[in-house]
Amino acid sequence: MTTLTAAPKTAPPPARTRKSSGIDKGRRRIPLLPALVFTIVVTQLPFVATLVISTFQWNILRPGEKHFVGLSNFTFVFTDERLRTAVLNTVVLTASVVLLSVVLGLGLAMLLDRRFAGRGLARTMLIAPFLVMPVAAALLWKHAIYNPDYGLLNGTLNAVYRFFGAANGPTIDWVSSYPMPAVVISLVWQWTPFMMLILLAGLQAQPGDVLEAARVDGASAMATFRHITLPHLRQYIELGILLGTIYVVQTFDAVYTITQGGPGSQTTNLPYEIYLTMFRKYEYGQAAAAGVVVVLGSIVIATFALRTIASLFREEVSR
Amino acid sequence: MSTHTATDAAPGARLKKLIHRHDDPGGAPRLSPLWTFVAWLATLAFFAPVAWMVLTSFHQEADAATNPPTPFVPLTFDQYKLLFSRDITPFLLNSAMASVISTLLVLALAVPAAYALSIKPVEKWTDVMFFFLSTKFLPAIAALLPVYLIVKDAGMLDNVWTLIILYTAMNLPIAVWMMRSFLAEVPKEILEAAEVDGANLPTVLWRIVAPVAMPGLAATSLICFIFSWNEFMFAVNLTATQASTAPVFLVGFITSEGLFLARLCAAATLVSLPVLIAGFAAQDKLVRGLSLGAVK
Repeated sequence: MTTLTAAPKTAPPPARTRKSSGIDKGRRRIPLLPALVFTIVVTQLPFVATLVISTFQWNILRPGEKHFVGLSNFTFVFTDERLRTAVLNTVVLTASVVLLSVVLGLGLAMLLDRRFAGRGLARTMLIAPFLVMPVAAALLWKHAIYNPDYGLLNGTLNAVYRFFGAANGPTIDWVSSYPMPAVVISLVWQWTPFMMLILLAGLQAQPGDVLEAARVDGASAMATFRHITLPHLRQYIELGILLGTIYVVQTFDAVYTITQGGPGSQTTNLPYEIYLTMFRKYEYGQAAAAGVVVVLGSIVIATFALRTIASLFREEVSR
Repeated sequence: MSTHTATDAAPGARLKKLIHRHDDPGGAPRLSPLWTFVAWLATLAFFAPVAWMVLTSFHQEADAATNPPTPFVPLTFDQYKLLFSRDITPFLLNSAMASVISTLLVLALAVPAAYALSIKPVEKWTDVMFFFLSTKFLPAIAALLPVYLIVKDAGMLDNVWTLIILYTAMNLPIAVWMMRSFLAEVPKEILEAAEVDGANLPTVLWRIVAPVAMPGLAATSLICFIFSWNEFMFAVNLTATQASTAPVFLVGFITSEGLFLARLCAAATLVSLPVLIAGFAAQDKLVRGLSLGAVK
């Protein structure tokens, strides 16, 4: 939780009032200060502390050995096999969750953009997965759905097999056999409504007259979608992907609850690996160095995200 | 995406038929019966785990852990009674305290800030906006270690106020962005006219700003409440017994009591209920909050 050095430039603020005097300028800042000071103290100072700790050899189990080691924790971070696996897992997890939920969210948004019987109710029901507490959702998937003995998945398979005359369905241990897909599916379930809401807002912001003109001109639905809707939706899709990435990269609840990073370290992502380094191995210096690397990676993603938001923001301000 | 064009008749025409637009001025186009069926199928598929969770929470343990599943068995409130007799209450109270107080703090800090970023904007107000936003984009896990050490040194481990301060920082950027986008809708002409007429600040705030800001204030509080109520990472690592919140209760009761599926579903339903209610109530404003005010 720190800041980026360079925010993308937005359009100059609209000239709302005449040139303000020095006293007025100062007075305008007063309502802003409490929020600004609070944010700097609570979010920036810990990062400075992280930077400092990352240069120490510091294991809480060996308190006498705390000493300055320069950048060697970073050498460790970049060469450690476990951390490299964690980086890879984070990329796989984040990319699959975000892409799948954007695709599903787009499909649902296109359906909900049109009128049909019970549309309001369907929309409300579709938002529900996003509103279930993430820890509760993870436990629900792990125990009520994936459980090999009485989970809903195997239970339904069993019922189907029996219906067709077989004695018993297969007993698949979903979480052990497919750990990464198990985590991904539970997260896609939670994040699809988020994407759907953003894309639905985008679809509904489409100027109706352009669509009407395309229809009058005899453009096919496919052509209308490709040449009018998709270009219009592009910035909403980008926004969904970027915000989704920022939130999903930080996934901790689902990994902690469903797989504990296992089997082995097959589903250990970076947040969970940092947590393990901190509270299981007590290697504070290494955990801090990994934290710094995560922050740097996030800055790259956030720069793109900020640019997208800035372009939407600029449109709004100049409107 | 394939490369069909307007002249590429077959698939285009099919799709057009499927999502045929009726001529009804003023309303959105209608879905055909086939696509209405698809829409409802997808909706029910997404809703099924929630429905299963709620249904199982009203079952006896013996009926919950059956294979194949037995949905049509007598319903009971036993699991909920058990939860309250096993002291879920302090956890719910901690959650309520952490989310309500942090939401109030967020509003107290964000509303004046949003005022200084929209109605009487400071110089370089866009830079300030992006500073707030950038703090939201960096992973909380990177702050966990220093926060843990500072909190430990201050003797504030296992204290609800620690969570309140962290949740306030976590939600403040969202609230500043949301409130600014609402306050920006206050009509400038009316503000200027009021100034010319010599209306004093309280009058302007009460008569002109408040009516526009109120729906925004409600939406912002709900979003902040949802995020604080659901937060797990800080809660599980910074609390032990006294200050633990509802999500910590959930993972704790799994490890300490083994698996009781019906009771787990009851607990999951119970702790999700406040957010489900808040989210349904605010659904038209949800997207604005989640996109930090970027999408209306």
